[in-house]
Amino acid sequence: MENMCKADLLKFIQSTNFAVIEMGLYLDTHTECPCALETYHDYHKTLSKAVHIYEKKYGPLTIYGVNCDTDWNWVDEPWPWQKGCDC
Amino acid sequence: MWTYIKMLEYPVNIKTTNAKLAMAIMSQLGGPDGEKGASTRYLSQRYAMPDKRVIGVLTDIGTEELGHEEMVSTIITQLTKNLTMKEIEESGFYQYYVDHTAGIWPQAANGTPFSTATLQSTGDAITDLHEDLAAEQKARLTYDNILRLCKDEPDVYDAIKFLRAREMVHYQRFGESLRLIQDDLDSKNFYAFNAGFDKKATCL
Repeated sequence: MENMCKADLLKFIQSTNFAVIEMGLYLDTHTECPCALETYHDYHKTLSKAVHIYEKKYGPLTIYGVNCDTDWNWVDEPWPWQKGCDC
Repeated sequence: MWTYIKMLEYPVNIKTTNAKLAMAIMSQLGGPDGEKGASTRYLSQRYAMPDKRVIGVLTDIGTEELGHEEMVSTIITQLTKNLTMKEIEESGFYQYYVDHTAGIWPQAANGTPFSTATLQSTGDAITDLHEDLAAEQKARLTYDNILRLCKDEPDVYDAIKFLRAREMVHYQRFGESLRLIQDDLDSKNFYAFNAGFDKKATCL
């Protein structure tokens, strides 16, 4: 994760985030499935780590990920539909 | 991409039911100047907006409006909880009740279904921001009208006052957004080209 380029790390976050969403949806109707819950926790842990690395290096993914002390950098990176963005 | 937060933006704890008031407040969910129209308007307008800071404003306000839909829906739900048939018949709520029981369905106070015909996304930054400024004032005015109707309901009054205050703040931010857009244009003719469409615009 640490050595991934921006595009690769974002792709990794997207796929891991999808896995978390998918596991959450499954667990909504399978609340007592320890196996699914464990998988959810695994993906969630990986996602948190990846997001932390990404936001430190490339800027915030959510408004809660703004980590710059001097400037508000929420609007700095291109928006997902704009050219030059790998998302 | 969005993530849900399991809380209201501002607490809503209504202890007394009032179906008549619920019918009026419903307009701020699915009426012509309601929160569903607000979120749809701002989140749709983002794609033609030429300035990244203004896209930020539209994203953040559009997202907050989704939270306001939830607040208004909560107010309606709490105002119509455990209604008796007598209350339903006497309050004028029966017309809504026959199709939706006490469920949430976006409509105006007079029963007109929610429609995007009440909003615009023009693909032109200046026009859209004027639309947004007007929208915030129209929503503020609707909340003012609602406040006059719920003076004796402190729990409702409190939540509506919060929502009204947010309209004022959003109006301020949209005013600043319009200035940011105009600062990037020819001050002798703001309308020389559409910054979100014409090739002359380099900021996209």
